[in-house]
Amino acid sequence: MIYDQARWRRTEEPVYEPLSAEKAERTVDLDDRDVPLPDELTRDEVTLPRLSEPELARHYTRLSQMTYGVDSGPYPLGSCTMKYNPKFTEDVAADPAGLIHPHRGDETTQGTLELCGRLQDYLARIGGMDAVTLQPPAGAAGEFTGIRIAANYHDHRGESHRDEVIVPDTAHGTNFASAALAGYDVIELPSGDDGRIDLSALEAATSDRTAALMLTNPNTLGLFERDIETIAATVHDAGGLLYYDGANLNALLGRARPGDMGFDIMHYNVHKTFATPHGGGGPGAGPVGVTEDLQPFLPTPHIRETGDGFETYEPAQSIGKVHGFCGNWLVLIKAFAYIARLGDPGLADTSAKAVLNANYLGSQLDMEIPHEPYHHEFVASAGDKDAAEVAKAMLDHGVHPPTTKWPDIVREALMTEPTESENRDTLDQLARAFNTVAAGDEDDFADAPRRTSARRIDQVAAARDVRLSWHDVEFE
Amino acid sequence: MTYEVPEDRRYVATHEWVEDRDGIVRIGITDFAQDELGDIVFVELPQVDDELEAEEAFGVIESIKAVSDLYAPVGGTVTDVNETVMDQPELVNEDPFGDGWMIEIEPTAADAVDELLSAAEYEDQLE
Repeated sequence: MIYDQARWRRTEEPVYEPLSAEKAERTVDLDDRDVPLPDELTRDEVTLPRLSEPELARHYTRLSQMTYGVDSGPYPLGSCTMKYNPKFTEDVAADPAGLIHPHRGDETTQGTLELCGRLQDYLARIGGMDAVTLQPPAGAAGEFTGIRIAANYHDHRGESHRDEVIVPDTAHGTNFASAALAGYDVIELPSGDDGRIDLSALEAATSDRTAALMLTNPNTLGLFERDIETIAATVHDAGGLLYYDGANLNALLGRARPGDMGFDIMHYNVHKTFATPHGGGGPGAGPVGVTEDLQPFLPTPHIRETGDGFETYEPAQSIGKVHGFCGNWLVLIKAFAYIARLGDPGLADTSAKAVLNANYLGSQLDMEIPHEPYHHEFVASAGDKDAAEVAKAMLDHGVHPPTTKWPDIVREALMTEPTESENRDTLDQLARAFNTVAAGDEDDFADAPRRTSARRIDQVAAARDVRLSWHDVEFE
Repeated sequence: MTYEVPEDRRYVATHEWVEDRDGIVRIGITDFAQDELGDIVFVELPQVDDELEAEEAFGVIESIKAVSDLYAPVGGTVTDVNETVMDQPELVNEDPFGDGWMIEIEPTAADAVDELLSAAEYEDQLE
């Protein structure tokens, strides 16, 4: 099978869009509009593109042909869980019944509140938590919210001296950033030789200064932290809290629960676990679950069930707001629809297939995978080859490449997560892409990709001479 | 591959060089460091009058391959910052010991520079 992506371009210029018609603009005079805003907030004229409908339709169709997404083919970008987004969830979210103003009173928005309340309950049950907030607008925002909850909890107990958060070296970069943003000193924990938490290193790192340990399980190497009960006891004995990064919950869905492992706080990446679209900057959702002791610290407003319906309220020691209202409602609808459609058996089937697919793909690769047994993802080593070059060469096989060069405890890492969406044919296609590139000589693909819309990008020029808008693109 | 290691500088294990210029020390990264990093696209430096401790991170250097902290070989007060290198980060690749310098410091301890690695000692470490 040979892959060729649609391509338009102007002679040798690396300019694919826009065409001249698309740069045609018209300035509209707004001076006489009666706008009830102060003058300094309004403009007298605005410049708009001047396009006919077919020009516009073709513009977007071209762009859709020139890009690659999960609707185009396999997308095994490790740790990102690029699973297919079922289209029915879009239909549910597009229902006009969902278009309500957030300032409407609780008594007139009972349907919305009931959906949110039930989603809180679903998530709590899936994670083994006692209470859930839907407010944080992304996974990293959920981390920040969770660590703020931990901070307020310690303050409330008169333990404000706790000023350290421990993060393993295999953790997502957001863990370090969230803890630092919340005001903590971050203690990086080196992994053991087996790629898991080193218990003696953890013992040495914990003290009465420990506010929390942030942990992903299975970790970013796809490995389950077998010693999780000992880890939880170590952190709890020191008076710290255990934070679960939900990035890899897809591997455990319906089978094991962070709450049962001893975690006190967790966030859910609804885009990774429940197939809401990956945002590209948003809107997203990163609900946070907590144990009963931490419930009073949840952001406001929180939603709860009363005798005759649902209501919003401010938790007793709330950390305040981390986003507007109850969160990104249209994203939450999609997560709710996905969970409701799959049910308990469907969710458990999701994790089984995610793990099976990763293990089948891994078994087909002619590459070293240093750390086993893995769950929903694995990290292969490109060996003597440059992982970034391998990724570029894989593009010519009509697949998205894996995540490269991370975690850096694996040499030239290719972090691979096929997700449960793929069937055996696409997994075999992926394996062929990996193996063809692995068997090739790096010099053979020095100018790859050769079959994609955009060919090899000049990364240095792109970084030094940044063009962030099509206005910066010059052409005749 | 051999790297340039000028005799008239002192070095630290984190691949910064130090040049004593009549009591003020100029700091940059070595030829080896720029080669390891590859094409450098961004340099972030402190401000004049900032106080630095020895081994403290004073800036950030970013290439298309990696982001690294820059470490102060000696403690002191920042007296000058190479603004040009922030606008033209390629200077670090082209001339790491010359136009690609980063900052100048007035050291807290006058003899701090003498304790750093000599060119020969740094070269040994590269092998």
